[in-house]
Amino acid sequence: MSSNAWRYARRNPNLVIGLVLLFVLLMFSLVGPLFVDVENAQPLSVSPEKPPSLRYPFGTDSQGRDLLAVMVAGTPLTLRIGLLAGLIGLGVGTVLAFVSAYYGGFADALIRGIIDVSLTVPGLLVLIIVAVFLKQGLTVDQMALIVALLAWRWPARTIRGQVLTMRERTWVQVARLSGRSGLKIIFLELMPNLLPFLAAALVGAVASAILASIGLEALGLGPADAPTLGMTIYWVIYYAALLHGFWWWWLPPIAIITILFVGLFSLASGLDEIANPRLRKSV
Amino acid sequence: MRIDYVLKRVAMVFVLIWVAATINFVGPRLTGKDPVKTRLLKQAVVGGYVQQGMDEMAKEYERKFGLDKPILEQYFTYVGDMSRFNFGPSITNYPRTVNEILADALPWTIILLGTTTAIAFLLGSFLGAILAWPSSPRALQYLLPPLLTLSAVPYYLLGLVLLYVLAFRLPLFPSFGGYTPGTLPAMNFGFYADALSHAALPALSIILAALGFWALGMRAMMVTVQGEDSMIFAEAKGLKDRTLFLRYAVRNAVLPQATALALALGEILSGAVLVEVVFGYPGIGSVLYNAIKDFDYYLIQGIVFTIVVSIGVATLLVDLAYPLIDPRIRYGKS
Repeated sequence: MSSNAWRYARRNPNLVIGLVLLFVLLMFSLVGPLFVDVENAQPLSVSPEKPPSLRYPFGTDSQGRDLLAVMVAGTPLTLRIGLLAGLIGLGVGTVLAFVSAYYGGFADALIRGIIDVSLTVPGLLVLIIVAVFLKQGLTVDQMALIVALLAWRWPARTIRGQVLTMRERTWVQVARLSGRSGLKIIFLELMPNLLPFLAAALVGAVASAILASIGLEALGLGPADAPTLGMTIYWVIYYAALLHGFWWWWLPPIAIITILFVGLFSLASGLDEIANPRLRKSV
Repeated sequence: MRIDYVLKRVAMVFVLIWVAATINFVGPRLTGKDPVKTRLLKQAVVGGYVQQGMDEMAKEYERKFGLDKPILEQYFTYVGDMSRFNFGPSITNYPRTVNEILADALPWTIILLGTTTAIAFLLGSFLGAILAWPSSPRALQYLLPPLLTLSAVPYYLLGLVLLYVLAFRLPLFPSFGGYTPGTLPAMNFGFYADALSHAALPALSIILAALGFWALGMRAMMVTVQGEDSMIFAEAKGLKDRTLFLRYAVRNAVLPQATALALALGEILSGAVLVEVVFGYPGIGSVLYNAIKDFDYYLIQGIVFTIVVSIGVATLLVDLAYPLIDPRIRYGKS
């Protein structure tokens, strides 16, 4: 078993890289609070604008936050926004995809139209309109809900395509001929075979939700009291940390965001490899 | 190309305009916040500062929206105004209108974004094609991990790093704005050179970040195309490597790239908006950032509406141009 897993890991390095990077971030946010006082992620906790030292390994920002504490507290918050929005997006997208692809007809035309039109819309800008009106006192979970508003688009599109090809396969037709109901076919025949695709779609949805949330936050449309990665970027721009030479302020959030996205992208292409074995011969 | 397909696609753009206008109309009313009142209140809190013409402006809005009229009539007036791109005056910059502000900012964004997207698309696709070609140098493979990493980083974060390294540490490029403060935009060589050096870093961050995306997409398509029978047949005929590469592989692999371009325009623009904020570049991104800071709602919705509609139109154009590069597509009923 373990030698099999090892052999598979060597054939699918993307999956391993993705899992390892995300695991590192998860450990950072789980173990971090044991060593760092997360309270210091609030403004006015420590003396401001100190470069990294033994006491504050990541230094402090202009408002008196300990930046290590900010990263430890903020990474799980950003992950939470992404996961929440991604799950909602996947759920809504999957339902739309099944209704559209399995039942066809008018429902399909309508849903396909909605997906096509919404995909051409610059998502961030539509979310700005929504967020501007909820600006004051936004919480992290509300942030996730805002980002989730558009998170269903890609899952709906990709899963619809998969269901369309699967619907005509022989084993689905056999199930239909033997009198299984539509719902049973969806849950017992289609869903299990879609699992790898659903997992890949979830990872994609999480990545784009995090991207959207960081974008909104960088514009100042985020939870102002929460030390998320995106809000840290906002404060970096707001206080012109770059032109003051506070490199320790912007380097950690950018590094963590990069690790996060590289991890998510690798995981997504690793899952693609599982979902679509035809890719295997190609790389 | 079938005329009914063209009509359908054009109709979709109109639906998009209508939906965007409706969201703009319903948004403020759902939250029960009046943008003008919010703004006035904010100024009162700041203390004693009364902007010139504030009363006049408030009246103009009352008249403009006909707030005493039935809601349906308000709605039709509003959608009419929006579809004629008449966004009214800006709240913070009164008496300048939103249209005037947009007219100042749009050329900066269009030039920056148009150039960088074209360069990134062409260069990235070419790079991806070479990466997947068996007879190209092995050393090129080392480009893959950096390309992958770059494609994962949001444009504006790359911009922050470039700003620090190439403008702050090594002062090679200016760090802020679209031209040197104090000079006036003019049509002469000096100004163009100045504007170009200011645009270099924002452009570089968009190109570098987008390069990876196009290269990876192209590489994957090239790999698929190379497995096809037509390719093997062409190889068996003994065609030159160059011909195989350009006429058989690239020609076919670039088609899905064009589709991806149409789909990605919206996301590219969202990323570029934030790049402008990082560099204080005088395009719509910076205008939007300041409008959000000042809660200038009419400016915000003017910008969002304009962008949504122009992306819709751009996507339409790419769609309609598609049969030109792929003769198999006829957009007819099959």
